[in-house]
Amino acid sequence: MSITPAPAPVVSLQGIVTRFGRNLVHDGVDLDIMGGEIVALVGGSGSGKTTLLRHIIGLTEPAAGTVKLFGEGLRAGSSRERIARQRRFGVLFQQGALFSAFSVGENIGFPIKELGVATAEEIRDLVALKLAMVEMEPEHALLMPAELSGGMVKRAALARALSLEPELLLLDEPTAGLDPDRSAAFVRLILSLRKQLGLTVVLVTHDLDTIAAMASKVAVLADRKILSYAALAETMQVEHPFIERFFHGEHGRRALARAKGKD
Amino acid sequence: MLQVSGDWTLRALSGRIGAIRSGLASAPAQSQWQLDGLERLDSFGAVLLWRAWGGRWPQQLSVNDGHRSVIERVAQSTQRPLPRLPAFTLVDAVALLGGALLGLSTHAFAFIALFGQLCLDLLHVLRHPRDWPLLEISANIHKVGVKAMPVTALVGFLIGVVLSYLSALQLKAFGADVFIVNILGLGIIRELGPVLVSVLVAGRSGSAMTAQLGVMRVTEEIDALAAMGVSRTQRLVLPKVLALSLAMPLLVLWTSAVALFGGWVSAWIELDLSFAFFVQTLPDAVPIANVYIGLSKGAVFGLLIALIACHFGLRVKPNTESLSSNTTASVVSAITLVILVDAIFAIATRSIGIPG
Repeated sequence: MSITPAPAPVVSLQGIVTRFGRNLVHDGVDLDIMGGEIVALVGGSGSGKTTLLRHIIGLTEPAAGTVKLFGEGLRAGSSRERIARQRRFGVLFQQGALFSAFSVGENIGFPIKELGVATAEEIRDLVALKLAMVEMEPEHALLMPAELSGGMVKRAALARALSLEPELLLLDEPTAGLDPDRSAAFVRLILSLRKQLGLTVVLVTHDLDTIAAMASKVAVLADRKILSYAALAETMQVEHPFIERFFHGEHGRRALARAKGKD
Repeated sequence: MLQVSGDWTLRALSGRIGAIRSGLASAPAQSQWQLDGLERLDSFGAVLLWRAWGGRWPQQLSVNDGHRSVIERVAQSTQRPLPRLPAFTLVDAVALLGGALLGLSTHAFAFIALFGQLCLDLLHVLRHPRDWPLLEISANIHKVGVKAMPVTALVGFLIGVVLSYLSALQLKAFGADVFIVNILGLGIIRELGPVLVSVLVAGRSGSAMTAQLGVMRVTEEIDALAAMGVSRTQRLVLPKVLALSLAMPLLVLWTSAVALFGGWVSAWIELDLSFAFFVQTLPDAVPIANVYIGLSKGAVFGLLIALIACHFGLRVKPNTESLSSNTTASVVSAITLVILVDAIFAIATRSIGIPG
């Protein structure tokens, strides 16, 4: 199978400026993410990682700068084209954001149903497939979100994010609140999905184990800018107090040693 | 021989799904499938093909490995289909009815338990004056009482105007103009004022209380309180119930006064009744007992609305559906119960305060 080279970056941020009241969060953030990469967005708490993700989704608008997805401006084109563009990416929110009034199966089938293309029986097949992809049992489709454990919520939400066959997957703290075993399984899952579907993945995370295990590139958000955007090994060479604390602390060294041991 | 080519993805197919479906449906059962021209295939395209093949691999198929693995995943997952919800039977209908009846009894039980717990809490704070949740009570009085004054005044004034106008038309026909004071006084002070305020407050503050407690349940704030050893009834329910029981009589007084004023304005325009005459005649036409009845109705209705709102708020389960149904149930039961209790009041006080 040949993958046609994509010349335009999947996600392109240029000169993003964000203000919350008087608080300047981003001051000229530039970032180009090419197809097929798994990019980890890291930064101290309050550095605006989630806000940047929300800019990419289009939930918030930066005070200045442009956001481009798949080579087109986020708000370019007719409303129909905008909606079509939104269906090309899937989002996993921090708390899962499953619709609490729907069962797991209905949650996963909802975006497909909205599209109005598939029949009810095809949707059932697709939901079964997505559940299998995230290693859940068919019986789980009937459960309500309130009945799920934290890890199951994340997996069900991932299945929903995958339901429209996205080319880009945006994950906000996918492994937060999971025990190490579960988060390792989650990482394996994302990696296998990327292999199967050729996804581009952008994830916000604090978890060094996750970064070491799956990120092809690390974008460090500090001092209101992208401090470095490179593979993990290169990122660690950058001299900056945040990188020093984040990657070279006691916990950081152990996580990286673990990841190396696995390779 | 059947050729499948191009992109078979959800996005690419959605424009021409009708043609694709009819093409797949008209394919003969024993045909040879040529999938070499396929470019991109996602699980939707794979599901379409798998269904067209009747759930098994065709005898003659040429496909590359990448696409084969996509279809293979669909084939695997369809071996374990989603369970279906069992059909609704007669037994389920009976169980539903029984459940609803039992649910009614658990409501009554929980309501009485909440009321009992409140009485115990009240006893506790009376014996330990330091534990009075004074700040919460005063904040609640401001929220349910002071902030409700403009809307109750507006509604009261308009009802007063309308009631007075309609009565004045009839009274003028009989030449009994002066009795407008009796009609307005008795009707508003004894009946309309308390009920009107109750309906407004149930919709305004009752729903807010239920929603607040409900969201606190969803976000585990109530559990956090319990974990700190703080009684949820004493800190959350008691202030609301006390505040509404105190604020309601005052709101009734305020609304009745404004409604009477509205009634006078209308009577002045329609019957040329002077304000001095209206004020002088009012005490003679309406015995003071009616004011006491109106105020005590206000206190009882306030107690009921707050209790019902808190009862339903504490029953909210952590999902949006439960929050919305409990808020609806809270407002509907509060208004229904207020009118029911109002009827009981009417029977119990039938010989009090009626001018002979």
